[in-house]
Amino acid sequence: MSEIERDDVTGVATTGHEWDGIKELNNPLPRWWVWTFYATIVWSVGYTVAYPAWPLVSSATTGVLGYSSRAEVNQELAAADAARSDYVDRIAASSVEDILADDELRQFASAAGAAAYRVNCVQCHGSGATGSAGYPNLNDDDWIWGGSVEEIRQTIAHGIRFDGDLDTRFSGMPAFAGVLPNQEIARIAAHVVSFSGEPSSAELAQEGASLYADNCAACHGEAGEGGRDFGAPSLADAIWLYGSSEAEIAAQIRAPHHGTMPGWAARLGDATVKELAVYIHTLGGGE
Amino acid sequence: MVTVYDSSAAVERIDAQAINSAHIRQPLYAPRRKIFPKRVQGTFRRFKWLVMLVTLGIYYLTPWIRWDRGPHAPDQAVLVDLANRRFYFFLVEIWPQEFWLIAGLLVMAGFGLFLITSAVGRAWCGYACPQTVWVDLFLAVERWIEGDRNARMKLDAAHWSARKIVMRVGKHTIWLAIAMATGGAWIFYFADAPSLLDSFIHGTAAPVAYITVAVLTATTYTFGGLMREQVCTYMCPWPRIQAAMLDENSLTVTYNDWRGEPRSRHAKKAVAAGRTVGDCVDCNACVAVCPMGIDIRDGQQLECITCALCIDACDGVMDKLGRERGLISYTTLADYNANMAIASANGSTAPDPARIRDADGKLRLDLSLFSIRSMFRFRTAAYLLAWSLAGLLLLYGLLMRDRLEVNVLHDRNPQFVLLSDGSIRNGYTVKLLNKVPEERVIIVSLDGLEGATMNAVGVDGPAARSFAVRAAPDQLRTLRVLVARPADRVDRPSEKFRFVIEDRASFETDSYTATFEAPRP
Repeated sequence: MSEIERDDVTGVATTGHEWDGIKELNNPLPRWWVWTFYATIVWSVGYTVAYPAWPLVSSATTGVLGYSSRAEVNQELAAADAARSDYVDRIAASSVEDILADDELRQFASAAGAAAYRVNCVQCHGSGATGSAGYPNLNDDDWIWGGSVEEIRQTIAHGIRFDGDLDTRFSGMPAFAGVLPNQEIARIAAHVVSFSGEPSSAELAQEGASLYADNCAACHGEAGEGGRDFGAPSLADAIWLYGSSEAEIAAQIRAPHHGTMPGWAARLGDATVKELAVYIHTLGGGE
Repeated sequence: MVTVYDSSAAVERIDAQAINSAHIRQPLYAPRRKIFPKRVQGTFRRFKWLVMLVTLGIYYLTPWIRWDRGPHAPDQAVLVDLANRRFYFFLVEIWPQEFWLIAGLLVMAGFGLFLITSAVGRAWCGYACPQTVWVDLFLAVERWIEGDRNARMKLDAAHWSARKIVMRVGKHTIWLAIAMATGGAWIFYFADAPSLLDSFIHGTAAPVAYITVAVLTATTYTFGGLMREQVCTYMCPWPRIQAAMLDENSLTVTYNDWRGEPRSRHAKKAVAAGRTVGDCVDCNACVAVCPMGIDIRDGQQLECITCALCIDACDGVMDKLGRERGLISYTTLADYNANMAIASANGSTAPDPARIRDADGKLRLDLSLFSIRSMFRFRTAAYLLAWSLAGLLLLYGLLMRDRLEVNVLHDRNPQFVLLSDGSIRNGYTVKLLNKVPEERVIIVSLDGLEGATMNAVGVDGPAARSFAVRAAPDQLRTLRVLVARPADRVDRPSEKFRFVIEDRASFETDSYTATFEAPRP
């Protein structure tokens, strides 16, 4: 072992390392730093014993304190559920009409429904529940399957044209392409427009009257008022799911679009479906 | 001829040294030098006891004052109800949106502090600051248990003994008890005091109550008992700000060296040797009593909190010597300069005591001494005006504020809804603020927007131009209001109208201008 070299200027020992004549002084770390460092090592040993730390083949050590962040989340979720349980139990036990009539329950259900809506419904009906072509606006007062809160609940619970539920809302308008010639379909379209507005030609609309009566009135009504029993939309109001122009109406007569919605009862549970129904109802169009 | 008093027998010199003297001042991060302030008696000491009594009395007793506000509001005179977001102060109840009143009070406090400082210097620091008051209290406890300055110094230097342990444990126990009472009193401002005290004692109070008490106990004990003057010197910004508030007419605690210098411990000998002597006998009484541990004779210093205890100490010594009081006094810089000019013949020589005394040895009559007039000047008048203006505006705002308010939010999405009959509907969130602790019936109606009708979710009745709802005492009621207008009346994409609310019992009304949106024609 060679003798330790000391720096002439400072009197501090060098490490013996030298680069281009520059020598490295061997100043020790401050004691407080070193002791803090040792303390963290001691702490880390205790920590890995107390908390989950060491990876094993398919899991990890659980730690003597038995702490788990997943268990903590579950605990917090359970606590949140317990905090809401009073309201949720009452909602589960009440009819939607009763919920609507009770100020406190309605407010809770409406807020909870809004949260459920944002997760499950916005994808089709939009964040403002305004829908879009083919997806109904839930704010307005035009309801194909009924706008009372119970009817809304029924629709949400069982869906529309949903394969997975025998109680689902179902309607199927036949496609008239090939059944009626295009000229006749155009006349029917003109007649349909005349229920609520000005057709492109009054003559055309007049010619469509008998065709409408023969082919459409059974479901949509003599004056186009629609029939909720069959899920036949009103043709006499200002709201059109697939467009209001004669061309769009004619296209719908030739080959109707049939929108679908899954039934949510199995997935969300009765209470959440009720909350959703109350929320949709209080958007303003509820009957 | 200067009269020389035989002072050596009457006044004992105290071995005291200012902690910040230039010749012993250490570099930064030097350990603290302990201070053992000596007991003192006198006018300012009595005044400080009085201020302590009043301020502590206000602090500890206020939460226990009861104030009847009827069945729907708490009966505590001063209450910050964080849970319900209300602040009660005797006759006044404010909601969070009226917090500007508090901001106004802070503006007043600011101007008040400027006013006080420019008139009488750091009076806040010396008398009313909680740090000063609690340190004073802690020192009184220390003195009661361990004795006065010399006894405490001796005890501090002594080895640990049973006596020292008992004294120290006793002192710190009482300090902690005071600290805990301080923190304890604080939480009573935030909840009903009697019931909180009960639940606090039985261990059933909210955790935040215990945490608050623990934190305030720790800070009070640390700041008041252990750190003391260091808080003022190193932590508090006010000593640095005050320089901007002071001018040559502000009263500050001043050592009048124009009459004290040259100081002499052995005045008789010095005179016999033909030297001039001032009034200061260099007894160090002013240093020994100083809670900040400084020597006021070194001139104005940022450490000085102007508690005026050195004035009391020096006045006592002057009384003993039969000389005029006021060697250390509340003095303005202007007065001091005028007197110094006399004593030093306009700065041509060192101060000579002979110049300020007449032939009989009395202080000359043309010396500038304390005058109340120094407090009345443009600066203080301006501060007073600003303070009064802020106060009057606050009072006006308080008296004229609405106790019934309406706020309206238009739905963001959708902006409007087309209904099946072609009419257009807009949705609004209408908030009714009933700020009195009584239930009211509030009538909400539309003003403008001809032909429109409205419904509120959860309020029965046909669509109409107005409806009535109940608003619970001291509560906000949120309504979802749907305003619909027939297609033939909608001619503009955006039209202003007002929601008007009215309490027909008290004739209070309020309104909110909202917008009715519609598709472009």
